[in-house]
Amino acid sequence: MVRPDDFEERSAHLKNLSDEELNKKFWELVEQVVNPLVELAKTHTSPSIERSVLLRMGFDSLMAKTLVDKILEQGLLSKGAGNVVYRFAKSKKTSDYIKAGELLIREDHWDEVRTLFGGSEQK
Amino acid sequence: MRKIKPNEKLDIEEILNDLEHYTPRRSGWTWRKQKVDLNINEYTYEQTSELLKSSIPLPAAHYFDNIDPQPDVVITSEIASGRFEDDIRRMRMAAWHGADHIMVIRTLGQSHIDGLIEGTPEGIGGIPITRKQLRATRKALDMIEDEVGRPINFHSYVSGVAGPEIAVLFAEEGVNGAHQDPQYNVLYRGINPVRSFVDAAVAKHIMAWAGMLQIDGAHNANASARISWKVMPELLVQHAINSLYSVKVGMKKENIALSTVPPTAAPTPTMRINLPYAVAVRDLFEGYKFRAQMNTRYIESDLIDATRMHMIDTFISRLTSADIQSTITPDEGRNVPWHINSIRGVETAKHALVALDGIKDYVKIDRKKINEKVRELKMRAILMLEEIIEVGGYFEAVEQGFFVDNGYYPERIGDGIKRKKNGEIAAGTVVPRDVDYMAPVCQHFGYNKLPQGLKKPCDLIDGCTLCDHSKIKYVDELDESDNVNVRLDKVKEMKKKNLLKPEVEWANDGTVQIDMTFAEKEEIAEAAAIETAKRMGLTDINVIHRTILHPAEGTYIEIKAKVPFAIEKTNLKLPERVKPLSDDEIAQFFKEHPITIVAGTVGNDEHSVGLREILDIKHGGIEKYGISYIYLGTSVPVEKLIDAAIEADADAIFASMIVTHNDVHVHNMKKLNELAVEKGVRDKFIIVAGGTQITNELAKAAGVDAGFGRGTHGADVASFLVRKLKERGL
Repeated sequence: MVRPDDFEERSAHLKNLSDEELNKKFWELVEQVVNPLVELAKTHTSPSIERSVLLRMGFDSLMAKTLVDKILEQGLLSKGAGNVVYRFAKSKKTSDYIKAGELLIREDHWDEVRTLFGGSEQK
Repeated sequence: MRKIKPNEKLDIEEILNDLEHYTPRRSGWTWRKQKVDLNINEYTYEQTSELLKSSIPLPAAHYFDNIDPQPDVVITSEIASGRFEDDIRRMRMAAWHGADHIMVIRTLGQSHIDGLIEGTPEGIGGIPITRKQLRATRKALDMIEDEVGRPINFHSYVSGVAGPEIAVLFAEEGVNGAHQDPQYNVLYRGINPVRSFVDAAVAKHIMAWAGMLQIDGAHNANASARISWKVMPELLVQHAINSLYSVKVGMKKENIALSTVPPTAAPTPTMRINLPYAVAVRDLFEGYKFRAQMNTRYIESDLIDATRMHMIDTFISRLTSADIQSTITPDEGRNVPWHINSIRGVETAKHALVALDGIKDYVKIDRKKINEKVRELKMRAILMLEEIIEVGGYFEAVEQGFFVDNGYYPERIGDGIKRKKNGEIAAGTVVPRDVDYMAPVCQHFGYNKLPQGLKKPCDLIDGCTLCDHSKIKYVDELDESDNVNVRLDKVKEMKKKNLLKPEVEWANDGTVQIDMTFAEKEEIAEAAAIETAKRMGLTDINVIHRTILHPAEGTYIEIKAKVPFAIEKTNLKLPERVKPLSDDEIAQFFKEHPITIVAGTVGNDEHSVGLREILDIKHGGIEKYGISYIYLGTSVPVEKLIDAAIEADADAIFASMIVTHNDVHVHNMKKLNELAVEKGVRDKFIIVAGGTQITNELAKAAGVDAGFGRGTHGADVASFLVRKLKERGL
């Protein structure tokens, strides 16, 4: 878009605002821009977010990457990668979820994993 | 951890040793300990902080008992040569000069790597940020901060497509600050806008937990725009989006710093544009912190012009406010920064901040006069926000090229950066969280369906790495041919043979800079400079700067090149350094053997400061040992000096001289000797020459008994006299 500087006309409604009112107006508008972005972040996830969960669980970066790639491939990222590993470990009656993660990388247990979760109702 | 001594080099092998078990000693950001009305000698400072245990003061400090006041403001040095083992040496240099915020630039392309890098591969234009590199650097900085006596903030970047993982890595490894701004990803790294914002929320939440200071990326609009002041309204909008987004995902305002740059530079009327902007941004963002960055947009290859610009930029920081004063090396326009220029950048900031201490007591911005411009900037930003909302929100505005348009908003040129909401790198990788989404770890932002009754989320897995450092998996090297050990082997080889090369950024890189002027026009001067360097035997010759002195009369050229040889350290001949005798010993000698000296500045030289310092008791001169002297003043003819010495029956003559054209100083020293011989009194007098450029060798070659140069104290000269007189049997 190309537009000449129409500041004088465009700002007519702001000219009579005090300094404080201008500052207030500025932040009210910023809030309107930012709120939907925050809501989007609360309800969505990404491969990097899920790798960050696995790192916090004590996986190294190489395993975290492989696991998340596989979980994404299986369409299970929306459950949470940590959740997938946690539930799989639990189903194997082990608390060693790092080993459970290794098993998921080494062998194909994905049908098993899928049965551990319900449908894909979104938050 | 072992303490390092000032005369000892950092031992990289010691730092790498047992890194697997190294735990950072603290997390979070540290500000300087503020001091108000601090008295150092006879000077009072208002905007200052605790002094350092070890430091290198500004160049003129030796006139003032080497005082080194530290400004109240944190000073940043950006350091990243591509090899962390060389960077840590420079970090130590920068810390000694007053930097306490070390910002490490990432290697080219790391933003687009979907995951973490491990090991210590070499980087391009920056460093590959890895766990090992962070841990080794943090460990080195811990040693350095103990040495200088002030905490050092370690800083890098939480951006790109691996933001949340990098945030976890930084929180685990004691990184104290980071750039984080999803708009940077979107506009300058071409990463999908949705992914950038969703990732940023998680990353910011983790950074908030670790108490890291966040710096935003708005200054990049300034650096990218053609006429950078035109993006001022947009800068306010960008700062605001990132700041409020950060607050809403859990960051405290005081841990959010705006990266603000004075947008324009001379030859534009800088203050008329930059000052209202600086006031507007500080007005709107009350409660946030300000990281004042130097202007990078208009740095050319001229080091001095960059320095001038940065002095003016720091002046604005002092006239308004700043919590961090960042420095950009003056050579950023021509090299990956060199050691010396990192230090020069820090010195420029320290010099300006100290020099401007308390300026606001005397000089105030006239708010009435400036307010119209301040209001206009705010209104232009408000108009932009109104239009962003009107078109449907942030993503839609980016699609329509609202940002980095070279029009002064609401003017639009139509050259803004456009990014598609559903396009760009990593598009389509964000998925909605299902109702049974769960993450069994702490500090996870957003919807998380955890089982009821947990004290903390990671109870489910018996602790996460944020709660238990021992759970972190340390990965060492992955690439056998590209790692620190391979690089160190090369350095070790040189070290073993005691070989040295000059360096600018990497150990023994062999690079030198040479400057020269030719009385020719630019093209000829440039070709002649290259030819000169070739004949000097240098290789890899590049012209890095030229200043036209006059289109026909002359061109100044700077070149960089490599030396094709190494120096053997053991074969170097070092000038003899004579240790002065103790004050008591000197005083005792002259008590037993009182002497008289005749002193003066010879030739057409009105400078007397140096000589007075050697003579006067109040400067620690020889008078304090009971030596009596007759001071003849300045511009004394050589003949008069000798005649006065004969008349006073003196024991020694002190002649001070500056370096002059055509070696007048050498001529004067020779004349002193010859005249004394002629008059048959040479054996009677000890003749001493002094001056900033005088050396002992030069003086002796000219026939006098000794020469003393810059940095000489009364005790050095007095010790020489004692030793010489003892030689003569006294």
